Formats: sequence, C-alpha cells, structure tokens
Amino acid sequence: MKRINVGHRAQTFALGVLAALLLAFLVIPIGCLILGTSWSQFWAGLGHPLASPALKLSLWTSALALVIVVTLGTPLAWLLALGRGRVSHLVETLVVLPVVIPPAVAGLALLLAFGRQGPFSNWFSEERGSLALTTSAVVLAEVFVSSAFFLQAALAAFRRIDARLLIVARSLGASPFQLFFRIALPLAGPGLVGGAILCFARALGEFGATLMFAGNLQGKTQTLPLAIYTAMESDLRAAQALSILLLAVALALFFGVRFAERRSHASVEGRL
Amino acid sequence: MKTVARRKFAALSLAPLLGGWVGCDRGAADTEQRDLIVFAASSLREVFTDLSHRFMAQHPEVRVTFNFAGTGELKTQLEHSTSADVFAGADREHTAALVRAGICQGLVVFATNEPCMIVPLTPHSQLANFSELPNAARIVVGAPEVPIGRYTDQILERANKVLGSEFRARVLAKIVSRELNVKQVLAKVSLGEAEAGIVYRTDALLAQDRVGILDIPDEFNVLAEYTLATLTKAKHPTLARDWVELIRSRAGQSVFARFGFLPPSETKP
Repeated sequence: MKRINVGHRAQTFALGVLAALLLAFLVIPIGCLILGTSWSQFWAGLGHPLASPALKLSLWTSALALVIVVTLGTPLAWLLALGRGRVSHLVETLVVLPVVIPPAVAGLALLLAFGRQGPFSNWFSEERGSLALTTSAVVLAEVFVSSAFFLQAALAAFRRIDARLLIVARSLGASPFQLFFRIALPLAGPGLVGGAILCFARALGEFGATLMFAGNLQGKTQTLPLAIYTAMESDLRAAQALSILLLAVALALFFGVRFAERRSHASVEGRL
Repeated sequence: MKTVARRKFAALSLAPLLGGWVGCDRGAADTEQRDLIVFAASSLREVFTDLSHRFMAQHPEVRVTFNFAGTGELKTQLEHSTSADVFAGADREHTAALVRAGICQGLVVFATNEPCMIVPLTPHSQLANFSELPNAARIVVGAPEVPIGRYTDQILERANKVLGSEFRARVLAKIVSRELNVKQVLAKVSLGEAEAGIVYRTDALLAQDRVGILDIPDEFNVLAEYTLATLTKAKHPTLARDWVELIRSRAGQSVFARFGFLPPSETKP
C-alpha cells in the first residue's frame, strides 16, 4: 500500500515538473517585459510620438471590425448551428480557416483580392487606387483574421441551446426572426459576448496581414502592433512601453472573457 | 509483469537508435561543418547570396547562413543575442553604434548605393522624372526609422530647397505608407498599389521587369554607405574576417558592381 503511494507521488511529481517547465517558459518572457521596464520608461514610451495615434487607430479600427463581425457573423453562426447537412459542415470549415492561415498569407491574399490587380480594381478611380494601403484595409484585415474567433464561440453558444425549446417555439408559431431575436440571442448572449471579446483582442493584435495589405502610415494605417515593430527600429524602450500597453489591454479583455464565460455557464445551468 | 516486459523491450529497441544518433553527432564533429552567420540589410540579399556561393566554394566545410532584415531591426537583435559572426548594415550610424557598444569591431565601408525613384510599368504611369514626384497619386517610401526612409527624407529636404518650398509638403501629402524595408516598398510599387516609391538602385535593377527606374538628380541625391563589421563575440572570428576580405577583394567588388552598387570611394556633394 505504502509503496504504491510513493510511486503515485513520484509520478505526480514527474507530471508536475513537465507542467512547471512549460508554465515557467510562458510566464518568464511576460515577466521580463514588465519588470524590464521602469515606470519612468513606461511613461516616456507612452509619450513617444508613435504611441498615441497608433493606440487611437488600433482601438477604433478594432471596434469597427468587431461591429462588422458581430453584425454579419451572428446570423451566420446561427444558420450554421441550425444546419445539419454537408453544406453547413463545409461552410463551418471554411469560416474557421483564417485561424490556421498565417497572417502574412492572409495579407498577401487580401492584397491580391482587393488590390489593383484584383477583381474589384475597376470599382475605384485611377486617383483613389484600391482598398490596399488605406484605413479600410486595416479594418478588412482585422475582420479577416478575427471573425473566426467570434464565429466559433457563437456557434458553440447557439449549439448549447436546448433543441426542445426551439421545437416548442416553432410549434407555437414563432417566425425565424422571433426564434433568432427572442430565443437564440438571449440564451446565447454571454457566449456571444465572450466570442466578441476574443475577436476584439485578436483584431487589436493583428500585425502580419495589416503590414502587407494596409501598409504603415502614422494615423492612417499604423496600428499599435505596427508601431511596436516600427519603434523596434529606433527605440527599443518605446517598443517595450507600447508592448506593455497592448498587454494591459489584452489582459483586461482576457479577464472580460473569463467573466463572460462564467456568466454563460451560470445562465445555462440556471435555465436547465 | 506484462507491462514491465514491454517497457524493457521498448528500451532495448530504442538503444540502437540512440547509439546511431550519438554516433552521427560525432561524425559531424569530425568533418567540422561550420556555420558562418551573417546579419545583413535586406537590400544586400541578392549580392550576398551570390557571394556566399563563392565563399562556400573556397571553404567547403562552411555553410553561410543569412538573416536579412531592416538594419535597425538587426541592430536590436544583435544587442540582445550573440548569435552572429558578421554584421552588414545599410548605413554608417547603426554599425558605428554597435561598435561603440562593443558588440562589433572593425567598421569598414564596402560599397555605396544610390537611391532612385521607381514607378510601376503600366501604360498610364505619367511620371517622367523626379521633379514630377508630387504628381503621383500614391507614394510609398521607407519609414524614417530605417536607412532608406532617412535617406528619402534627406533627398526631399534637399529637393525642397531647389524645387520650391511646396515640393516636400506635396510629396508628404501623397505618401500612403512608410514601409520598414526596401523590399516592401518595391513590392507595393510593382503591384501598382503605389504610383511611385524611392528605393536603392540595386533593388530597382533586380525588379526591372516590374518597375521603371527614374534617376534622382545628383544635386538632391545622397549616397548610402554600406558598412561591415565583425562581432566581438563571433563564434568563427577567422571565417568572419575571411568573409570581410572576400567582400573587399577585387573579385568581391566586381560582384557588387554587377549588382549595381558603387565603389566605397565614390563621393557625392
């Protein structure tokens, strides 16, 4: 009996060592970033000419991208959740594809689709050029890379809804709009909020596709991640300060997701 | 019991594999395959790649590995790691700063390069010379944080004095992106996303099938100095010096000339 216990403890210890290695690896860089920047450096970095325009641009383009994703993505996720056939399965695979597509590839794809060599190029005058290298391109890149995060969360939230509720509602004569607005949305609400926060965070961190498709111009297309990369060229301390700023926003969003998730589980349990 | 037996079997079957692996490692040490690691500005990609074949022909046991990026980014990387043998930057300032910090030593200017204006090779491109740059609808240049962007600012500054006070402001108003390296500027002009850009002549020459080259008049132009230094903590200091020597040799310099670089002695007003 005792020998088994010792053996078990050793095994747990071995697993613990492996787990601790990864944990340390994940925590140490973030710790070094934060501890390696003093308060005065941080404030000086925030005062860096690159900082404020980039922060503003990042926040409003990510917010706009979020509005677009939620407005178009919620119906899509709902239809996919209702769908049972092979088509909806295929569409589901397609819409989560951007998660595995490297951002640089996404940027090149967007450039070829919406650039001057793409199929929509004659929508624009010679003077205007194309969508590439504009603030719209920043938003498009953010929508492209972040929508899948919202869609996945929304799909999961809609699928958690008890199918019997929908059958009863339909038998009582509920229209598709009533089903969507009065039943699906309220029940999936917290899950949708969690997905929206993840989507916003991903849009805020978007770098590769923006660099290739939207360019790098202060106040127009230079988002916070691009400003960090630009600052790396001249002033590492400014890059550090901007990184901490982005990290702070990301952490705030992360705890927002946690909170939304907890409420989502609580509300589902409460209703059952 | 059964599991113990299986485990022993597993250990036995692994043994030859491990033995083979260790043996392999030792074999590699005997022939001494060495890596010369060169950090170089992205505008040096083609000429350095060409020279590396020459170098590896002279040193069959050596493999030259490159890290091409913007000069400033490379400098930051070197300040936080010691994994390179040679540094080649597209200006004097960054390399000099690395020498002052004790990270590099032995700064030499090995080539110069002239910025030029590029336009897409489309029939409707109406720009005929540098003074028409403000007429371009969209301009892409380098970021002020990287050498090509700084040179661009200097060129605009000088042109402003001659072509009128509006010139610089009119150009700046048309800039749609300040890219972090020359190749990105080139890509955006050759795709037609921008109607004009400013890059090094060597980069423009490599893309002649996609962009048209317009000279920047000497009175405005600046000369980019390419500098080379070896890392003080280089893993292969002798190889690093050999690389520097190859570049400064007559054979090396002729390769630079072939790619459109100017010799280091050339001076401009």
